[in-house]
Amino acid sequence: MNGLNYILKRILQIIPVVFIISILIFLMLRAIPGDPARLVLGEKATIESIDAMREKLGLNESYLVQYGKFVKGIVSLDLGTSLTYQRPVIELLRSRVKITLMLTLISTFFSLLISFPLGYYAGKYKDSMFDQIIKSGALAAVSMPSFWIGLLLMILFGVKLRWLPVGGWGDTFIDQIRSLILPGLTMSLLTSALLIRNIRNSVVDISNMDYVDFARSKGISERAVKNRHILRNALISTVTLLLMRMAYMLGGSVIIETVFSLPGIGKLMVDSIFGRDYAVVQALVMLFAMIILLINLLTDIIYSFLDPRVKF
Amino acid sequence: MNKLLEVKDLQTHFIMKNEVVKAVDGVSFTIYEKETFGLVGESGSGKSQTCRSILGLVKKPGKVVGGEILYKKQDVVKMSKDQLRKIRGHEISIIFQEPMTSLNPVLKIRKQIFEAFDRTDMTKEEKRKKSIELLKLVGIPSPETRMEEYTHQFSGGMRQRAMIAIALASEPNLLIADEPTTALDVTIQDQIMQLLNQLKEELGMSILLITHDLAVVAQMCDRVAVMYAGMIVEMTDTFTLFSTPRHPYTNALIQSLPNQKGANERLEPIHGAPPNLADLPMGCPFHPRCNFAEELCRTSRPELTDLTPTHQVRCHFLNKTVGFKGTFTPDTKQGGCDGENS
Repeated sequence: MNGLNYILKRILQIIPVVFIISILIFLMLRAIPGDPARLVLGEKATIESIDAMREKLGLNESYLVQYGKFVKGIVSLDLGTSLTYQRPVIELLRSRVKITLMLTLISTFFSLLISFPLGYYAGKYKDSMFDQIIKSGALAAVSMPSFWIGLLLMILFGVKLRWLPVGGWGDTFIDQIRSLILPGLTMSLLTSALLIRNIRNSVVDISNMDYVDFARSKGISERAVKNRHILRNALISTVTLLLMRMAYMLGGSVIIETVFSLPGIGKLMVDSIFGRDYAVVQALVMLFAMIILLINLLTDIIYSFLDPRVKF
Repeated sequence: MNKLLEVKDLQTHFIMKNEVVKAVDGVSFTIYEKETFGLVGESGSGKSQTCRSILGLVKKPGKVVGGEILYKKQDVVKMSKDQLRKIRGHEISIIFQEPMTSLNPVLKIRKQIFEAFDRTDMTKEEKRKKSIELLKLVGIPSPETRMEEYTHQFSGGMRQRAMIAIALASEPNLLIADEPTTALDVTIQDQIMQLLNQLKEELGMSILLITHDLAVVAQMCDRVAVMYAGMIVEMTDTFTLFSTPRHPYTNALIQSLPNQKGANERLEPIHGAPPNLADLPMGCPFHPRCNFAEELCRTSRPELTDLTPTHQVRCHFLNKTVGFKGTFTPDTKQGGCDGENS
């Protein structure tokens, strides 16, 4: 029950934060110079038509009224209509978020697959040739720009081997997964590199702890030593790091989505900012803030399960 | 008495790029059934590495490079990982110095005890029953609830008790206690020592007690080996060691104890510092700190020689060390020194 109370408390704490964020988003967007109505209608628009557009967009009303409408929209999930796409924002988001979410999940999956074995064995055989290679590899992966890696993968698997599509978004589920493999892999390289370093160092530290030797002295199998003692403890910091990376990935990567022509929310965000598409930008920033808040909450909850020393 | 463990010319070295640290350099001793054998020495004298070698727990880059460790006539050093696992925990258990870091912080005590039963085919209920029994045995109150807790909810003394309970889970014949009370305060130290003594009697096991505390030796041990710079310098029964020590180092250790002189007299410390194991002095490793050292000590390393069948000393000038006074006479093994200390 203690844990449930904690979760409830944390959720309640989020409410004022969301309120403050909504004010900030609302004000910041209006502080950007330039008239959205003129932008929508173009340079040659007449004063009258611009005025009519401002009226239509509700830009002539007081900020308080505009903010009230904004909040009401969020609560009722009616986020207005996109100026550039001429579609309801919520509908726009729904399709875009799905792509970014799938990309994040695939990328996370790859990261876990790559980082746990490599990180564990690099740490276990510290200072060995394998460890040196993994360490340099991780450094290289952190240093190389992702668009470059993306292009290389695209040339190899898309152009030369023709195993996977070079870009775009498939129609069937299978095609969609196929079109996410390369961008997912590209995205996972940085995450994997960060995780590998973290796992390696944790494994090195934890392997030296007395409790690992004590566990071994009970005559349990090496596998149990690895899973129950070394990895179980390494998980604590690793999960935190991974969730932070997931929050970042859910925000959408403009570069990767552009390189692989994926219509995700990263690309949508940039397009909307350049197009002064208020309604979309507002909704997206709000969405990002919510993602960060939720992931933080999730991190705290998972953390308290992984590490019993953390008090609810 | 039957021999339980026989260590013969054990050499555990740490081989680094530029140097070799001979942490254990030719150590031999025997532990008999149902006895408590003490291994005394300063930090870095190789006593912990000796006991880690017995269970194959020496950390890299350390390695047993020579000698034999015979447990019931089987050489532990030559054993495969699988054979070693059958020895670990089942025949020989170990408890460590630091109760704070020797238990896994993220697993319940129950899980850590259950692990000791991994290779048995006990049912969950049997494991539970046995765990509760063990925790009761080591004096942990309300074990049913305590075993569902984590280590951070235990005090230092309780953690040490829990560690002992785990070590005893599979009823070992030999318990290695590596400075089991160093991290605990004196009252708890006494409780733990008494507990170990009592368990030894009840379960009929042998104990290899590693310590730097001569008072603990006097209280606990049947026989003792004093280690210096990876070697045994003197080995005999506890009574003889305290009444007629024959190695200058043993004597110096005893002279530095705060109990046999008048309260107003200054204690005599051993001058100098323990040698660097990677760069031992020529000859006897103790000669730079020894009051009796002569030219021979600087050039040639003395062998461990039998003074009597039960008393071995590693010194060139045993004729000079006859007059050592020793200290109090531990009248009974139980608490002999303790009483004098307080």
